[in-house]
Amino acid sequence: MSKEGYLNMDLLRFTTAGSVDDGKSTLIGRLLYDSKSIFEDQLEAVETASKKKGEEHVNLALLTDGLRAEREQGITIDVAYRYFATPKRKFIIADTPGHIQYTRNMVTGASSANLAIILVDARKGILEQTIRHSFIASLLQIPHIIYCINKMDLVEYSETVFEKIKKELEAFSAKLDVKDITFIPISALKGDNVVERSTTMNWYQGPTLMYLLENIHISGDHNLIDARFPVQYVIRPQSTEYHDFRGYAGRMASGVLKKGEEIMVLPSGFTTRIKSIYSSSTEQEEAFAPMSVTVTLDDEIDISRGDMIVRVNNQPEQTQEIDVMLCWFNEKPLVLNGKYALKHTTKEVRCIVKDIRYKMDINTLSRNTENKMVNMNDIARINLRTTAPLLADKYHRNRITGSLILIDEATNETVAAGMII
Amino acid sequence: MNKYHLTHLKELEAESIYVLREVAAQFENPALLFSGGKDSIVCFHLAKKAFWPAKVPFPLVHVDTGHNFKETLDFRDDLVKKNGVNLIVGSVQESIDSGKVTEEKGFNASRNALQTVTLLDTIEKYKFDACMGGARRDEEKARAKERFFSHRDEFGQWDPKNQRPELWNLFNGKKNIGEHFRVFPISNWTEMDVWQYILLEQIELPSLYFTHQRECFIRDGVIYAHENIIPLKPNEKPEKMQVRFRTIGDISCTGAVLSNASTLEEIVEEVAATRVTERGSRIDDKRSEAAMEDRKKQGYF
Repeated sequence: MSKEGYLNMDLLRFTTAGSVDDGKSTLIGRLLYDSKSIFEDQLEAVETASKKKGEEHVNLALLTDGLRAEREQGITIDVAYRYFATPKRKFIIADTPGHIQYTRNMVTGASSANLAIILVDARKGILEQTIRHSFIASLLQIPHIIYCINKMDLVEYSETVFEKIKKELEAFSAKLDVKDITFIPISALKGDNVVERSTTMNWYQGPTLMYLLENIHISGDHNLIDARFPVQYVIRPQSTEYHDFRGYAGRMASGVLKKGEEIMVLPSGFTTRIKSIYSSSTEQEEAFAPMSVTVTLDDEIDISRGDMIVRVNNQPEQTQEIDVMLCWFNEKPLVLNGKYALKHTTKEVRCIVKDIRYKMDINTLSRNTENKMVNMNDIARINLRTTAPLLADKYHRNRITGSLILIDEATNETVAAGMII
Repeated sequence: MNKYHLTHLKELEAESIYVLREVAAQFENPALLFSGGKDSIVCFHLAKKAFWPAKVPFPLVHVDTGHNFKETLDFRDDLVKKNGVNLIVGSVQESIDSGKVTEEKGFNASRNALQTVTLLDTIEKYKFDACMGGARRDEEKARAKERFFSHRDEFGQWDPKNQRPELWNLFNGKKNIGEHFRVFPISNWTEMDVWQYILLEQIELPSLYFTHQRECFIRDGVIYAHENIIPLKPNEKPEKMQVRFRTIGDISCTGAVLSNASTLEEIVEEVAATRVTERGSRIDDKRSEAAMEDRKKQGYF
């Protein structure tokens, strides 16, 4: 790989949804194997383990199932992260299990993904789980969805079967909020249209899965309009050389900030100008998401972690009363009128659950206003009141300033993920 | 490429710097575990960037097995002096002398597993509430399941089946008294990313990573450095070999590779062409299929 090559590579994070029966492990195994990302000693270890378990074929799922309990029970318990690269891109796969705690794991994997691959078994068509996967992908606002109609080899590579499933998916996904949807007929087992173009499906003129992963346009996925800089840490060297240096460190959540630009600090509302922007010791003209930078300002203002630097004429909402779509992660159910710690950008507050508006049935996409018991893996719309104002955007517009987590104050566990409506 | 778009290395760097700053903000007494290996050197480099122009606001902690390469220790001391950081050394030899751990015996004895006790003792002694390390998820299958912020109970144990979900960039570092966290800022980097970044940033490394002549011997297909720490079996004859190390750990569990790579460019090329993982030469992982998971559960880094 030439130096120029890897200095121009970008990064695509994607998540894969589907159960073992859909051929998900086979698909990931093929992507890793065909991109030469599986090493000889890894393959050897998997071969030995497969033999030990008396399995006929090399079980590629053993590559991703890292924990003893997972291998013993033959199931995937937790999100596993996998890495591979081609000369064009580096990829991070959040591989989410299909069995236990499905919603929790898929929501976790989806939260940082640019793209979701949803597997559909060509023999079975749209199942409840297809609806569930699609709904979560749209709820988490993953910009790109690829439906892989898999096991085409078991339906004689039939165009009619593919077109029928595609039509049904199109009709159904019109109800969802997804920007970019693609359909690919594949056989993960035989390798058709995964990395290599299929020779048995000449009726399909579209790209292979790998081509799409390498070329899908992702630079538009970041919100570059709303400048949001949550202050993460204040840097005060107090050294002789940098005696008066007071830098505000953080990661751009969205938008662009420029040197010399007039800005406002929230919640105080003071305005000043950006004096300089540093990426470590290098001065920059501007900062954009998702850069980590340090900003200095013209005036000395009292700013601390949890504050936000924004443009004067483009501000988030300041509110103590918010509606969120909540995914519940804990065995203990959500408590109406219960109090929780809440983390949003770099700010931490406490909140109280004022109302559970409805529970979502994610298999039928209907709202349940009768049974409002929110258990593990449930998704519900709730209303929260916070002890201090949040500087919030709607999740639909901003995945960073629109997201939050709830923490149980007794156990310190992360019990829920929320998307601001 | 679009003007407002980061390369993969810059995006990984931004993510790691965010994690390092999050640790400094959320914890009272964090530390950076430093082995003198390339991953911890990269972590320290990122920490310098994250807090510039202030000094790195936490000490380095080295758990010294007493079986380290001299080159590693010299490099460590030099780095500490140059950067004016505080170094704390936890000594496995002291843990052995005080009877807290018992040294393994035999030809394949290693102090690797003993490190855990020394590490946990050091954490307790200095009351560290977060220990950062350069572990990566691509290294090993148990590590593929690891979080950025990894919670440890009062015994330092990892409970892989009950990890806190990690969403967006919201990290939950809340804990009860006596518990602590392990934090892995370069979780999402691969071996290749690390080498490309070292080349891009021209980061200094111990000479062990580059090709050199060394007295070595081969046991079970692994090339070992011939130092007095590992007793030779009767049929083992050390000879001069042209080698370098892909990973650096304790002498007793680090294998060398035959290589002529003398520059970072050549190493990047070599890593791109290699068909074996870097931990393929780590004897500590080969003890059983779940060797890493078992050690991590007990508090290993």
